[in-house]
Amino acid sequence: MLLTDFIIFVLSLWVGFEVISKVPATLHTPLMSAANSIHGIVLAGGIVIAATAHNLVGYILAFVAVAFAAMNVVGGYVVTGRMLKMFKRRVAPVPASPAVEASPNGKASS
Amino acid sequence: MSGTFNTVIQLIYVAAASCFVLGLHLMNNPATARRGNQVSVAGMIAAIAATGALVIHGGLIDATGWIVIAAGVLVGGGLGLYTARTVKMTAMPQLVSIFNAVGGGAAALVAIRDFMTIGSGIGASTSVPTLLDVIIGSVTFSGSIIAAGKLQGVITSAPVSFPGARIVNMLLAVIAVGFGAYVIASPNMIGLGVVIAAALIFGVSMVMPIGGADMPVVISLLNAFTGTAVAMAGFVINNTALIIAGALVGASGGILTKLMADAMNRSIGNIMIGGFGQGDAIVAAAGVAGAGVQSIAADDAAIQLAYASKVIIVPGYGLAAAQAQHEVAALADLLESRGVDVSYAIHPVAGRMPGHMNVLLAEANVPYPLLKEMDEINPEFGRTDVALVIGANDVTNPAARRAGTAISGMPILDVDAAKSIIVIKRSMGHGYAGIDNELYTNPKTSMFFADAKKGLAQLTASVKTLVG
Repeated sequence: MLLTDFIIFVLSLWVGFEVISKVPATLHTPLMSAANSIHGIVLAGGIVIAATAHNLVGYILAFVAVAFAAMNVVGGYVVTGRMLKMFKRRVAPVPASPAVEASPNGKASS
Repeated sequence: MSGTFNTVIQLIYVAAASCFVLGLHLMNNPATARRGNQVSVAGMIAAIAATGALVIHGGLIDATGWIVIAAGVLVGGGLGLYTARTVKMTAMPQLVSIFNAVGGGAAALVAIRDFMTIGSGIGASTSVPTLLDVIIGSVTFSGSIIAAGKLQGVITSAPVSFPGARIVNMLLAVIAVGFGAYVIASPNMIGLGVVIAAALIFGVSMVMPIGGADMPVVISLLNAFTGTAVAMAGFVINNTALIIAGALVGASGGILTKLMADAMNRSIGNIMIGGFGQGDAIVAAAGVAGAGVQSIAADDAAIQLAYASKVIIVPGYGLAAAQAQHEVAALADLLESRGVDVSYAIHPVAGRMPGHMNVLLAEANVPYPLLKEMDEINPEFGRTDVALVIGANDVTNPAARRAGTAISGMPILDVDAAKSIIVIKRSMGHGYAGIDNELYTNPKTSMFFADAKKGLAQLTASVKTLVG
């Protein structure tokens, strides 16, 4: 069981490296915030320990763990969404010529 | 526990994990990133719901347990929602730090509680991840709170250290690991208590000596720690979803830590030893306008900008510190409306956390296609009329290309290739590396001595008067 878990852990690390190294620097803050929300999955851990708690200490620990994790997961996703909403291609159509500048990328590189 | 039920739960966990990976993958483009976040949310809801079902199916939970969960979700979720909705974008690093703290803290609590339940009957296959979780989680918890305090300015952002601090740090690490090994060998609560205390103090003493400018690295590293702690919690309670999600975050934090350290030309070890970085208030005593430096007035700078055909804006830490992102966007808008081609050159460590400058500019309604990464923009400086440098110092210093300087080998923006350079800066004070910036004495460079926010407002006003 431990070995299987360990294999899953190592492979997930590699998947993480592969996927995340493709994220552009422009999005690194939202990326970190999104990763932050994902570790809010520890809420599942909080629920599991709340289930086995049958005394005061257990309840208190479970409450703090659940509250921490819930703050993490809810706040993380909401703020990530808020940030990503701000990334706009163009806000108000400016009648300048940015399209002209963008086109010679491939060809006119003399 | 019935086999089929368990299989279904495991399948939901795999689906949730796939959502997390897909969500992160969709973040490779600003156009799809929002969908990525939604996919990730869907995965999270599924995983939490499955865990709820698992708990009900297990039949161990009592009524108080449910109340505890409900109360925790309400209190924590409410707090999270409130802070996420109200936080200013300049305060994002603090918020991320706080979320790291609570995530790490929750992971540590899960392991502590599990250890208490099992007691001395714990096997090595559980006790090793338990101790790792407790140590990493506790260090993350206290360290992230200190980091957030430094970023918020509640705790001084200057390095705080005392003689022998490194020895104390090492001692704390030895105590945490040593007692950890002891608890694994013979499980007992007192030993675990010592481990928790040592790890918590270590978190504080690790972050205190690190200066404000090094925060992008520290936050990334603590992010990686939190991920690892959550993965360890997954080992402890034997939950695949936690292991996968934790590993993904660990990888993400690891990559960002490496990128940030590289962009600062420093090793991670060097930063963690600390005591070298400086605080926010880098108002050096150096005199204004030294030898070979030409200063420029707002009107003259405005003429250059207004009649340029291509301008690159180079925002740095100083712009973020002065919170001048709206002013810079206003100037850029004005220039663009005159047909000037404006783009932004963003160095990886501009701002206080990875990519922070991009978020600040996006908030000021700068369209993201104008935000250019270092490798993308560097070839463009050669055909740029004016490079406007605002609060960026070391990342523009050509000395980095030579061997033998404090910043040798550091990746820089090739600002000096532009036809003309205007630098908005409060004084000739040194940047973080503490060396002279050769860009400032370049004959093509004019210095506009002003606070970033006021200086930009002046420039905008001058351009407006100039062109009517």
